[in-house]
Amino acid sequence: MTEPNIAIETRNLNKIYGSGNTEVVAMRDANMIVHHGEIVALLGPSGSGKSTFLTAVGLINPPTSGEIFIGGTLVMNGPKPMVNVRSFRRQHIGYVFQKSNLIPFLTARENVQIAMELNGTGSREAKKRAQHLLESLGVGDRGDYRVIMLSGGQQQRVAIARALANHPSVILADEPTAALDSQLGKQVMELFRTVAREYGAGVIVVTHDQRTLDVFDMIYEMEDGAMHQNKTVHPTKAYFNS
Amino acid sequence: MNLALKDIRNNLGRFAFTTIGIGMMLMIVMGMAGIYRGLVDDATLLINHIGADLWIVQRDTRGPFAEVSRVPRTLVYRALSVPGVLSAREFVYHTIQRQHKGKQLRIAVLGLSWPQDKGDWLPIVSGRALGQNHFEIVVDKSLGLPLSETLKLGKDTYTVVGLTHNMVSSGGDGMAFVTLWDSQSIQFDAPAEAIRLERAARDQRGESNELFQSQPFLTQQLNLPASQLPAVATPALSAVMVKLTSTYESDRVRSIIAGWDDVSVFSRAGQEELLLEGMVDKARRQLGMFRALLTLIAAIIMALILYTLTLDKIRSIALLKLIGAPNRVILGLILQQALILGGLGYAVAYIVGLKLFPYFPRRVVITNEDLIQLAFVVLGISILSSLLGMWKALTVEPNDALMT
Repeated sequence: MTEPNIAIETRNLNKIYGSGNTEVVAMRDANMIVHHGEIVALLGPSGSGKSTFLTAVGLINPPTSGEIFIGGTLVMNGPKPMVNVRSFRRQHIGYVFQKSNLIPFLTARENVQIAMELNGTGSREAKKRAQHLLESLGVGDRGDYRVIMLSGGQQQRVAIARALANHPSVILADEPTAALDSQLGKQVMELFRTVAREYGAGVIVVTHDQRTLDVFDMIYEMEDGAMHQNKTVHPTKAYFNS
Repeated sequence: MNLALKDIRNNLGRFAFTTIGIGMMLMIVMGMAGIYRGLVDDATLLINHIGADLWIVQRDTRGPFAEVSRVPRTLVYRALSVPGVLSAREFVYHTIQRQHKGKQLRIAVLGLSWPQDKGDWLPIVSGRALGQNHFEIVVDKSLGLPLSETLKLGKDTYTVVGLTHNMVSSGGDGMAFVTLWDSQSIQFDAPAEAIRLERAARDQRGESNELFQSQPFLTQQLNLPASQLPAVATPALSAVMVKLTSTYESDRVRSIIAGWDDVSVFSRAGQEELLLEGMVDKARRQLGMFRALLTLIAAIIMALILYTLTLDKIRSIALLKLIGAPNRVILGLILQQALILGGLGYAVAYIVGLKLFPYFPRRVVITNEDLIQLAFVVLGISILSSLLGMWKALTVEPNDALMT
């Protein structure tokens, strides 16, 4: 068990691909703690292991060893899942990716609605809530639009709405602003912070965008699979103290 | 939310064309069954309409439909003498091909035993049955001859007085009904020169025969048409049809007639069986092979289309897995699309088939039994063809959604 206000905790996560001469250590002893309502940046050059860490925490790509706790529950013990990962992902984790990764044959609202329906929400209720979420993210008037008819920023907002659909305790975002211009990128990052604060979710954002670092409560860096906290930017604890 | 329908909505044009393609293929499968049913129907049509209980044919032949049979005219009287026989009629049946107004006509000619049989049992849709013993003809509509049309067959001209519907031979040729005498005139019509040569040959043979020398009037009789010479003529009937006083007499009457050394006897069911096992069986197997192949091809095409549709949305499927969609949702999406494709294809096949089949040169008979059977086949191939797509969907990892 972990502290009750901890959304995500990883302990000594390792990921090794291949074996023998072809062995590649993608992540070594990665430790991170993210509290509810906290937004954390994960920086690092390409190939440093950021996405490996994120997919491990997202229960998509299991670690070789180490432990992952989400909302105080041990969900991965090494490569062994301790929960039904697909069901757990559906209920507790929201994902936002570099590309919006929306389902192209659905409208903006349906993309949000499907996440709710998969989690057992009735169709009518899901539709209402999806529309409400889109409105709260400023794209309510685009609900009936096909994904391809939306701008990059609008698509990313829809993806965020989908990530929030089931009130997840964890939101994982992998370079969500990479395809956006700087102004939109800033807006999206601020949106993540608002979401973290309002929904009390723990948010991890993998980013290269140095201009948005002031949004984050804490910054971690990865290099050659090793993770360390960047102390030059201090986490904002005001939210928890208030 | 029905993901299958949402995806179809997104690929509506492609899905519609695919459905039409599958539908046309299923229509051919449906049509093959219909052609076979038509063959069976055509083959047994006459036997069922004419209403004979027993058919007496030349010994050891499978006549008169499956092969040529010749029996003497006196067989009618012999048959009538058997207890339990209500009536016996001559049956003459042959196929001719004649040119009429620049068009080739293949006609299956059937002789009616005038005056007992005027063709009242025929399914006449226009005009009437025969009203005189010569030069009138009732024809099937498929021959394309209108009422009052005149038609030269042999040396005589016949007037169309009635039209039937769907009276065709097992070979698909339209049938024509004339009196027995007219039918034989048509059958044994020969050019004048051939008749003259035949008569001369008879005279020559007669001169060398002691009987003809002592009885010269016989030589005069030799000048009659061959079919009218009782002593020397070829047997002129194809078969004799027998109607029984009661169907309970069938076995007894059959055993009596079967005892005659010059003929064979078949019940109505036996005659039907001869036709179906003989003439129609090969066509049935041929059509069956085509049906099986087409069904298989339709299944392969459906499988490939569904596989392609699955590949097109493989990223969406990975994404669905990523956001926690259970396998049943993803498999349901593919299976539902397969069933929708199969169901709509079946509907297209049925609707287009109904419009198109009447224009086929041979009769296409669509039965409820065949429709139900095909529906189950379509259901089966829809499920089978979705397996490939399902397998692909199951092998996709949620991680694949993150690949750029």
